[in-house]
Amino acid sequence: MSFLEVRDLALAFGGVRALDGVGFSVERGQVFAIIGPNGAGKTTVLNVVTRVFAPASGQVLLEGVDLVRMPRHAIAGAGVARTFQNIELFEGATVLDNLLLGRHRFDHGGLLSQMVQGRRARACEDASRERVEALIDFLDLAPHRNQRVAGLPYGVRKIVELGRALATEPRLLLLDEPASGLNPEETRDLAFWIDDIRHDLGVTVVMIEHDMSLVSEVADRVLAMNLGRALAEGTPAEVQSHPDVVAAYLGG
Amino acid sequence: MRFAYDTSYRESRRLLRFASDRAAYALLAVLLAAAPFVLPVFYVGELTYLFIFALASLGLMVLTGYTGQVSLGHAAFLAIGAYAEALLLNAGWPLPASLAAAAALSGAAGLAIGMPAIRVSGLYLAMVTLAFAILLEHAVGHWSSLTGGFTGMAVPEPRLAGVSLGTPTGFYFLCLALLAAVLLALVNLMRGHLGRAFVGVRDSEAAAWGLGIRVPLVKVQAFVLSAAITGLAGALLAHQTKYLTPDGFGMMLSMQLVLAVVIGGLGSLRGAILGAILIGLLPSFISHLKPFLPDRIAKQFGLEIFVFGAVLVGFVLFEPLGLNGRWQKLRAFFETFPLYRRDTFRRGKAYMRSERYK
Amino acid sequence: MQVLQLAINGVSVGAIYALVALGLTLTYKATEVLNFAHGDVLMLAAFIGWGLIVGWHWPFWLALPATLALVGIAAYGLERGVMRRIAGQPQFAGVMLTIGLAFMIRGAVSMGFGPESRKFETPFSGHTTHLGPVVVADLNLAIIGAVLAVTAALFVFLTRTRLGVAIQAASQDQLAAYLSGIRVKRLNSLVWGLAGALAALAGMLLSPITLVDISLWFVLLKSLAALVLGGFGSAPGAIVGGLLIGLIESFAGVYAPGAIKDVVAYIVLIVVLVVWPRGLLGEAHGRRV
Ligand SMILES: Nc1ncnc2c1ncn2[C@@H]1O[C@H](COP(=O)(O)OP(=O)(O)O)[C@@H](O)[C@H]1O
Ligand SMILES: [Mg+2]
Repeated sequence: MSFLEVRDLALAFGGVRALDGVGFSVERGQVFAIIGPNGAGKTTVLNVVTRVFAPASGQVLLEGVDLVRMPRHAIAGAGVARTFQNIELFEGATVLDNLLLGRHRFDHGGLLSQMVQGRRARACEDASRERVEALIDFLDLAPHRNQRVAGLPYGVRKIVELGRALATEPRLLLLDEPASGLNPEETRDLAFWIDDIRHDLGVTVVMIEHDMSLVSEVADRVLAMNLGRALAEGTPAEVQSHPDVVAAYLGG
Repeated sequence: MRFAYDTSYRESRRLLRFASDRAAYALLAVLLAAAPFVLPVFYVGELTYLFIFALASLGLMVLTGYTGQVSLGHAAFLAIGAYAEALLLNAGWPLPASLAAAAALSGAAGLAIGMPAIRVSGLYLAMVTLAFAILLEHAVGHWSSLTGGFTGMAVPEPRLAGVSLGTPTGFYFLCLALLAAVLLALVNLMRGHLGRAFVGVRDSEAAAWGLGIRVPLVKVQAFVLSAAITGLAGALLAHQTKYLTPDGFGMMLSMQLVLAVVIGGLGSLRGAILGAILIGLLPSFISHLKPFLPDRIAKQFGLEIFVFGAVLVGFVLFEPLGLNGRWQKLRAFFETFPLYRRDTFRRGKAYMRSERYK
Repeated sequence: MQVLQLAINGVSVGAIYALVALGLTLTYKATEVLNFAHGDVLMLAAFIGWGLIVGWHWPFWLALPATLALVGIAAYGLERGVMRRIAGQPQFAGVMLTIGLAFMIRGAVSMGFGPESRKFETPFSGHTTHLGPVVVADLNLAIIGAVLAVTAALFVFLTRTRLGVAIQAASQDQLAAYLSGIRVKRLNSLVWGLAGALAALAGMLLSPITLVDISLWFVLLKSLAALVLGGFGSAPGAIVGGLLIGLIESFAGVYAPGAIKDVVAYIVLIVVLVVWPRGLLGEAHGRRV
């Protein structure tokens, strides 16, 4: 059994069949890319995996456990973290607080202890802070640590969102178009980080991405989708030259 | 210029990190402690009212400023706290127990209205809370056997261990102590795990869910905490006014609270206090101004409400970050002098982010 | 007999709620602002109408269009000069700004006119008509007739004229409308002007029944209940909701105990929002991620 198995997902919005029997599987430690034209249903796959939507049918098995049966707030605890296509940061909070929010699922010492800054609450806070500082170092966010997110440039915001997802200590990281809107230099950094996330942190990555050179560089396997269905799956080179994929991109 | 050198995470979390801060707050403490002994009784009463209003404003700030849930009917929780306090004292409860129970009852009412209210958000919640407050005012007025109806009911004198706290000075210190205690607890809560969850729910529910935050639970927690604090303020208000009538808890009071948190600056406890001071003082300021205005205008109650409206419009248009935002800009100016750049607080590019239900 | 009488009274008050709710819906659809100053605009219009009719001795049929035009232009200016500045900010900013404006209008009217209530005559005042077994005040018939006519005219305007269709398009998708060459900002001001004129009409129709008084703004709160019951954001819903709230109030006045009539609208509002937030004709919610 694979690390992540997505089976036969189906979901319709009104008359639109956003997912129409899509399925794929990802091995532990892989970087798995999903490509496809706009409206193909890529984001909807991530939304189903993270329980934003309940699918009409299908399963999402993470090491054999069906995420579809979990409540929405339990997904982080199951070791799944994500970023959003249109950045969903906590705009009114600082970078540090955004990252600390990633630690929400971990122990925090209890309400009473927080209220009086008791020893337990302080110890938990220190532990969270330590992990977050490590991520700040890793992602070069130190200059922005105490700035409010609302005023930051787009590229930095994307990185903060990545950092927040990593702060939850995921086993599976879902990235929705992580390179969109980044300049070439920022995209290079991103490629290195994804590599480190996979090798050093041992996190499995599923990413939606349009930038084929990035996909070719970091992804082990690629799934091409169109109209809620899988068109082709394979190595980046195989998928890119697959006739159905070429046709879908040309509007066939 | 001033720099912060942190040697540990704990260091960076200390509340008053700089000698200048400590000196300023020590001075404030001395002034507040001396005030009732040097000021005329009238001003002691005014200050006490400000403390109570600030406490209620803190309550609303938790809900609206931190969690992003609008309540246009928070006077309802003041009313619940006030009537509970009067009724419990009449029933012979000791003061600490009645205060705690008034807060708890109001918190329970917050739970009752918060549980269904979390199903709706934004404008809907604003309407639900507004309607709830109107209903409650109506109910208090018509349930005469319990509340004395529109004729009202007297509030027993507050006594602690045989000592009367009904004197202006005694009551002043009771209110000051409770305000300080609640403020300290909130400072600790809001910069920690719970406060971050509040802000998370406020700024992006989608992301909050994804981090394992139980969004509805957090909203209800905010509702209960907010209602309990406001209820405590209501209990104190009962002693301040000494006589309760339903129209003392009308829509205008709810609006004043909303004004205080918006004008103070949403998402900041300091803002709640600053806003409460401004809004609490505005009516007496206006009445001092009246002798200088044409008779025709000065005689009308409309002047006060007009000024409230104008202040609110001014802040929404020109200083959306409120008094707290102003304060931070001034601070930043002095702390980074001479390096301060005007655009330090430049607002991020405004873009249309529709909250329309799709 | 009594049932019929109550129904007609309810429908005529409900027609006013419907008119106010319709104005709220138009501005909400166009600019995503729930206009808490709408009730005060209505109240201001009643005072202006009183000023023209009683103060300057204008005939009703001249004062009515003049008031509508004046208030409509003022509302147009309000959007252009003030509301536009907070476009794109969270909905809460719109709530606060319109509450502030409401206070300013209320305060200004109170300072200008004083606290006394006033009264003006209309061509319908004091007359009644026998409709079969029930007796109806002509004023009530005029209200129902006017609201029917305005709703029909509005419907034709929004669906049949170029300007109306453009307004609809811009309300559905501002960006798309803008990209297809519609001057969205100007349309938004126009919608506000239109809603202001509707509020003025409601004020001119309602105040002969009640009185010309500061507290007229309270109609806003009842209309919020209408809006919610009918389905927030739906124009037909606003009409249906308004009529229903009017009927419910009218019947509650006789069949419900005590003073329930005064607050039954708020009970409806809370119950609908909590158990059935969509309302009768509303749309589903949720923000896409
Ligand atoms: N919340 C929603 N409500 C209605 N339709 C939706 C929703 N989310 C996605 N869709 C529709 O589902 C289809 C797939 O969307 P999406 O998964 O976002 O595509 P993409 O591959 O570009 O990420 C599109 O037709 C989109 O309009
Ligand atoms: Mg997408």
